[in-house]
Order: sequence, then C-alpha cells, then structure tokens
Amino acid sequence: MAETKEKQTYQAVIGLEFHVHLATKTKMFCGCRVAYGDSPNTHTCPVCLGHPGALPVLNEKAIELGAMAGIALNCEVASHAVFARKNYFYPDLPKGYQISQFDEPICVGGHIDVPTSDGTVRVGITRLHLEEDAAKNVHVGESGRMHGSTGSLVDFNRGGTPLMEIVTEPDIPTPEAARATANQLKSILQAIGVSEADMEKGQLRCDANVSIRNPDGSFGVKTELKNMNSFRFVEKGIAAELSRQQEIIEDGGRIEQATMHYDPATDEVYSLRSKEEAHDYRYFPEPDLLPLELSTEWIEEKKARLPELPAEMKSRFVESYDLSEYDAGVLTADRDLASFYEEVAKSADAKQSANWISGDLRALLNEEGIEISDSKVEPKDMAELISLIENETVSRSAAKAVLAKVFETGDSPSVVVEKEGLAQTGSGELDGVIEGVIADNPDEAERVRDGDKKVVGFLVGQVMKATRGNADGGRARELLMEKLGS
Amino acid sequence: MLELTAFELAQKIHAKEISAREAAEVANTRVEKVEGDINAFVTTTPDIATERAERVDERLKNGGSDSVNLWETVPLVVKDVLSTKGTRTTCGSKILEDFTPVYNATALEKFGEDLIMVGKANMDEFAMGSSTENSAYGPTKNPWDLSRVPGGSSGGSAAAVAAGEGWWALGTDTGGSVRQPGAFCGMVGLKPTYGRVSRYGLVAFASSLDQIGPMTRDVRDSALLLQAISGHDPNDSTSAKVEVPDYLSELENGVSGLRVGVVTELMNAEGVEPEVRAITEKTARDLEEAGADVGEVSLPHATYGLPAYYIIAPAELSSNLARFDGVRYGHRATASGVHEMYRRTREEGFGDEAKRRIMLGTYALSSGYYDAYYAQAQKVRTKIVDDFRSAFRDFDILISPTCPTAAFEIGDKVNDPLAMYANDICAVPASLAGVPAISIPGGLSDGLPVGVQLMSDHFTEPTLLRAAHAAERASEFRFEMKP
Ligand SMILES: [Zn+2]
Repeated sequence: MAETKEKQTYQAVIGLEFHVHLATKTKMFCGCRVAYGDSPNTHTCPVCLGHPGALPVLNEKAIELGAMAGIALNCEVASHAVFARKNYFYPDLPKGYQISQFDEPICVGGHIDVPTSDGTVRVGITRLHLEEDAAKNVHVGESGRMHGSTGSLVDFNRGGTPLMEIVTEPDIPTPEAARATANQLKSILQAIGVSEADMEKGQLRCDANVSIRNPDGSFGVKTELKNMNSFRFVEKGIAAELSRQQEIIEDGGRIEQATMHYDPATDEVYSLRSKEEAHDYRYFPEPDLLPLELSTEWIEEKKARLPELPAEMKSRFVESYDLSEYDAGVLTADRDLASFYEEVAKSADAKQSANWISGDLRALLNEEGIEISDSKVEPKDMAELISLIENETVSRSAAKAVLAKVFETGDSPSVVVEKEGLAQTGSGELDGVIEGVIADNPDEAERVRDGDKKVVGFLVGQVMKATRGNADGGRARELLMEKLGS
Repeated sequence: MLELTAFELAQKIHAKEISAREAAEVANTRVEKVEGDINAFVTTTPDIATERAERVDERLKNGGSDSVNLWETVPLVVKDVLSTKGTRTTCGSKILEDFTPVYNATALEKFGEDLIMVGKANMDEFAMGSSTENSAYGPTKNPWDLSRVPGGSSGGSAAAVAAGEGWWALGTDTGGSVRQPGAFCGMVGLKPTYGRVSRYGLVAFASSLDQIGPMTRDVRDSALLLQAISGHDPNDSTSAKVEVPDYLSELENGVSGLRVGVVTELMNAEGVEPEVRAITEKTARDLEEAGADVGEVSLPHATYGLPAYYIIAPAELSSNLARFDGVRYGHRATASGVHEMYRRTREEGFGDEAKRRIMLGTYALSSGYYDAYYAQAQKVRTKIVDDFRSAFRDFDILISPTCPTAAFEIGDKVNDPLAMYANDICAVPASLAGVPAISIPGGLSDGLPVGVQLMSDHFTEPTLLRAAHAAERASEFRFEMKP
C-alpha cells in the first residue's frame, strides 16, 4: 500500500469555461450601445432595464459572430437553436432571469489544437452558447466589496451585453496548457474579429473546473475556480488549486465540491462561504423569442467569410515565406504583427523581414510595452531599412541603431542615416582604414600572417572602432585576410 | 350619443356632426355617474381624454377626415396591463401602485399621440383570474347585475363598455380574459391570432398565450379596433410578418357555403349549463339558416387544455413576475439585506392568486418535476394544435360556448380556485393553439347574457368576423347599456 502510494502520480483534469463579450455595436436584445467606462446607467432602455411589458429582440450580428466563433473552433453550428430563461434573483439581473441557451445551444462539439512545451494538445470544445451579460453591482463603502459596504448601486450599462460562453472538455493536462488554451482561444477570437477579448476590460473571463484523477482512472471530485483575471493567474490559480487538492489527498482527506477564488496577492486559493446550495435555475424555452433557424446556406456563407485562423496563417507563413516554425509562430501569434510582416515582405526579403520583426522590432516593442499598432515604425520603414542593409548603405550593426532611432522618432531610416551619419564606410575608404590598422598593429598582423586566426577578430574590432561601427564586419574580415595572405 | 356604436360615433365625428371633445365629455360624465357602482377603473384620465380629443378635433379641422383614422376619434378604455407613458400602470397589483411607465405599448402607439383615453381599466392582478376579484383596487361589478362579477381578467374593460363609460375597450386574453368578460357583460370580445397584435408594452402574464384584443358593442366595432392595433412590430419577435387585411370590407359577405363545426367536447364539457348549450345550438342553427353548412366536429384533446393551460401559464408567469423585485421600480419593502428585501417586497406587493400561481409555476419548472409537468403540458398543447389543424381541414368556423355559465355571484368562486379555473375550459383550447376566437352574445339566460364562441384558423380573422357578424344579425340580442 505504502509503496503504491509513493509511486502514485497525480494527473490533473482541467476544463475551462470562458465568457466572452462579442464585438457588436449594440446589446444582445435591445438597441443600446455597448460601451466601456461611460458614466453609469447612460446606456439603458426599457428592455435592458427589464421594464414591465418590454420584449427582447435578437441582435443578428451576435448570432453571426457566435456562429463564426463556433466554426473557428471546429464546432458544429446547429440548424435549430433555442434561447432559454435561466431564472434566479440578483440585483444585477433586471428581469429575474437571464436569457441564455440551455439544451439547444448554437454550437456544439469542436476542438482547438494548443501548442505547449510538451507538444500540441487537442482540447475539445463541449459547447458554445449565446446569452446576455448581467449588469454590474457597485458596493458603496471603503473596500468596494460587498463586505462592509453601506449599500449597493447597480450600473446597467453592461447589462445585456452580448456574451458567448465557451466550455471545453476536461482534457487539459497542466496549468501551463490551460494558460496556452486561453491564449490560443483569445488569438482565434481576435483573428476572426468576434471579440476584442481584452481581459482587463472584462471582455474575456475565465473559470476553471479542476480535479485530480483517481488512481483507478475515474474522475475525482472537481472544484470550480473563479476570479482569475489574467492568463498568468489562470496558470498560477490552477497550479495553486491542484497543490491544495494534492495535499488533501496525500493527507488521506477527501476533496469537497466547492467554488474557490484565487488571490494573486498571496498566490493562494480560498473557498467562498459554502452558503450557495445547488441552484435550480428552472430553465425553460424563452417564449418571447422564436427558435433560431440557421440554414445550411447561411452557415456555409459564414464559413466562407471566415478570415484565416492563426494556425492556418502559421503554416502559410512556413510554406510561402519559407520561415522556420518558430518565426512563423511568433509572427502569427499577434494578428497585427503578422499583417505588418506581410506588408514588409511584399517589398523586402521575406527571411530578413522575419528576422528583423520577430527579433529586434519585437524586442523594442516589449521594452516599451506597446503593440505594433501603436508603434511609429511603419512597414515601409522596415522594408527600407532592409534594403539599406542589402545595398550596403548601412552595416548590420548600424542598422540596429537606425531601427532604434526610427522606433523612437518615426523618421524614415534614410533620414536617420543621414542625420546621424551612420552610412556604411565604402570599400575604397575601408581599404585605407585596414591599411592603417595593419600598420598600427604590426605584431598582431604578423601573427595572422603566421596563421593565427584568433587575432583576426581583434583587428576587425580595430577596424570597427576606426569607422565608428559603420563598416560591414564580414567585409572587413575578408579584406584583412586577403591583405595578410591568410 | 351613448346609444351609438363606436363605428357610428366615429363616422359622426369624421363628418363633424359630433366633436371628439363632446364624446370625451359624455364619457367622462358617464364615468362620474356610474363609476361608484361599477369600479371599472383603477385610474380615470378625464383630462387626458378631453385634451387629446380637442387635438383630434383640431386635426380634423385642419386636415379633414383623411388626416385622422376613424379609430382615433372615439374615446377608448385601456386595460391597466398596457403600458401608458406618463399614466400609472398598476396591472391591478399593489406592487405597481405608483408605477408610471416611460413608454407606450405598441398597440396604443397606433393611435398616435392623441389617444383619447378614458382611463385604465381594472383587472385581476397581472391578468390572473376570471372575475376581476383578484384586484388590489377592489372588485369590478357586472353592470347587468351589481351582485355579480363582470368576468375577468379584463372585467374592468368589459364593465366600462357595458356601463357606457366608453364606447369600446382594449383587453388582453391569455386563456379567455377578453372573451369571458365579454360574454358576461353582453358584449363582443375578440382574441386575435397569436402574433397578430404586438405584445410590446403588454405586461406579460403568459408570453406564449397573451394577446391584446378588442372588447366592443358589436362585431363591426371589433373589426375596426382590430384594424387599428394589428400588424408586425419589430419590437416583438413573436408578432407575425403577415399582411393586415381590411377587416371591414368582407364583414357583410354572409356565410353562404361556410363550413361551421359545433365542437362536441366543448358542448359537453363539465359544468356547461343546458341553457348555455341551447343558446350555442341556436347560434349554430342561425348560421345554418344564413347559408352555412353546419356539422359536428371533434377536438379530442380539447378538455385536456385546461390542466395544460394551468401549468404552462403559471410556469411562464412565475418567470415573468420575477422582475418585480423592488430594485428598480414599484413597491419596495424596507429590509436589512437584499434577500429579505425581495421576500418582503413580494410578500407585501402580490395578492393571493399571484402568489398561488407563482408557486404553481415555480414547482412545474423545478428540476425533477419539469418533465412530469411543464414538458407534459407542452405535449398536450401540441396535441391540441394538431386537433385544430385537422378540424380546420373540414371546417372554416368552430363553434362552442364561451364559458359554461353566465356571470356568477361575487364571492362565489374566489375561495375555490379550481371552480374558478374550470370557467376557462372552453376558452383555453384556442389560446393554446394560438387561433383567433371571438365571443358574441347569443342570448339571455335568467336575464343574464350568454356568450357563444366562434373560432377559426390562424390569421383568418376576416372569415371569423364575417361569421360573427352574420350570427349577430340573426340573433335577437342587441347591445344594451347597463345599468
Ligand atoms: Zn437597452
């Protein structure tokens, strides 16, 4: 017994549940604008305030986006889907029910392939359904939390925002894979323009179901993990919950079904007061809306209009630009970066473009913490810089400085070269410099002549020093070797 | 002027023989005179009626009769379940005692800004009931006999018109709430096809059944009022995109060749009094004499409609009434926490029948009971839809009593919910099937009016109105203002 216990390996079973705001202009069931950060209760109407007699009208754009998301996640789009009422009382729920989908959602049964450090993991998508978001309760008081507040106010601006719920199968093996799944999902949704999926704005929320598989292979008791408001916390939260569960099991205890919250400050999970009993939401078909009938033609048309997905784009980059998997992966992970690259590659060497963008340019972006869309560097600048290198106007090392300057000022590379005097030392001029270096370092020159190639580097360094970096290092080395007959 | 039908009055106003203002004042005066006995209104709006009538007169003066629809000229009684911008809308409930809506129901919007509204008519709370006794604002009396109920839930609308407190009214019908009070008060009550009239602004009782319908002195008035309120509404997804025909043009075409079926199961339903059956049979004979082919028809599952209805309607209602939680509008109880606030607000705000049906509906939808109740009731509903479908293969019009008896005494059934519910047995099948149905007065039984119900297929209101008009003409009964 003791032996088997020691050898027992713990296998995590993780499923994720995403709530995603759809990128529509208006709410799910009324004409109010979807807006973030406006003054409270400025985007409301009788429908989203649940006034007596008001009725919902489906936002067709939301249906379209939901279907497109389903298609991108390899789901089957239902020809017949039904909205249902989920009944419960809460101040942020104006009608006393949320219009959602229950047993006949718009999409079922898909998957995504998620790259992880252990290779690609295929994560199943159980279902995707559409619903309306709740409003926002604001607790008045010092902490901003319910505890210790003196009262609560409700802001209905968010109420009725089109929301898509995506539920994965419980087949994510590690916290890292969970994070990668979230990342992958986000880039897919962004790629097809279904959502901005900004976690900070609350446009993407993620919960996890976490359990440890029993020794006999059956599922263990799962807990629900909430409040993970960044991808990093998704990984850390799940890891924290798994180690909590593991400790309990090792101590011979039993996992209790519970809703856990992750606290990033302490990197620990804690259980919410287990006051909430099993809810009975009394789902039934929403009588105010007709069932959704989606024709095959309609679905096919959405399929045809679907933009290229990140995975497809990556393989296309590998094929048509002859890039490495790694470079293609880096470039296509960010939709804007990918289109920037494609723009550059139109007029510059594809591989050089990839190197510069995935390397130096991305480093500059990371350093500043900005996105490519906010950067002063234009695709034409990048292309120009690469051609300056190719026609030997600037050296490779000088080009780095030029890019940094372009990044900083937004001037074009040729202007920067001109202003900063970074033009490459021409070959005639370089000859002279090399002669000088040989004359100034007779001992080292002699050693090179004798076949000691290690010293060549020193001499190249001297050449670079003399030209303030404006020489092509490779060319300098070649000339040196030539002149020293080595 | 009070002897005129709405159609006649409208024509006279159009011809400037009578002004709309005069009509409004006649109605207001009549309200003042009889309202103490009848209690047909929760809120009377004499100033609104007069002011808007003046504006209608002004428009007639400036633009001529073409500039004003016939229906816009006649003062209207509005059931207090229809949202009226700026005028409180209580739904007969204490929970909405001080609630003033910010928008108008679509059906009312069709009258433009100058809807000449006499007042908001009393009703069973949230339209739940068959007697108007379930109102937080006291029961409405039947003008034919003040000791009797006017029917419900649109009892206030019916009583107001029967008492001459207006020429016509809008009611709402979920399981007979327009037809039954129409029958009890000697009037015409029409429930249109589900989807014919927008429900936007009709405070929902049972969303899959509710329809707004005319309550009028005769069939022509119903045709005119239906003309006013019909049509697709982009704000109501369940309103049909079906063209609105001219309901008046075919009215007098007669019933020659029309196939009329007397519904066996409803003629013999539990509680149908012999007198009521006889009056229904007489109406069928009248139609036969007018040239219709009359036969018997079976709706095998019709009587299962009642139990199915009393599951589906409360289920939807339990959800529809959840919004009355004291958070945003209406009554709010003082309490320390939010759950306590909900509990006490709803305990204080809702009446007994509302609470009873919320519990019934909540139970029927609960996990573990859903299949046995709600799902089962939906299967029955499908059976009834099929029954009607096959009946309409052989018949254009189906005929039955509107309800088993004439108006009953106030207090008679209010403590016996099942007896009260049984009153709806003939009305609910058409509601569940979504087909149009009209109740017309067939005659008197012990001095009280008895209603006869005619039903037809979806969106065939022109045929239904034509048959009803023919039956009305053949009947000896004429509208009588009471008391
Ligand atoms: Zn709204």
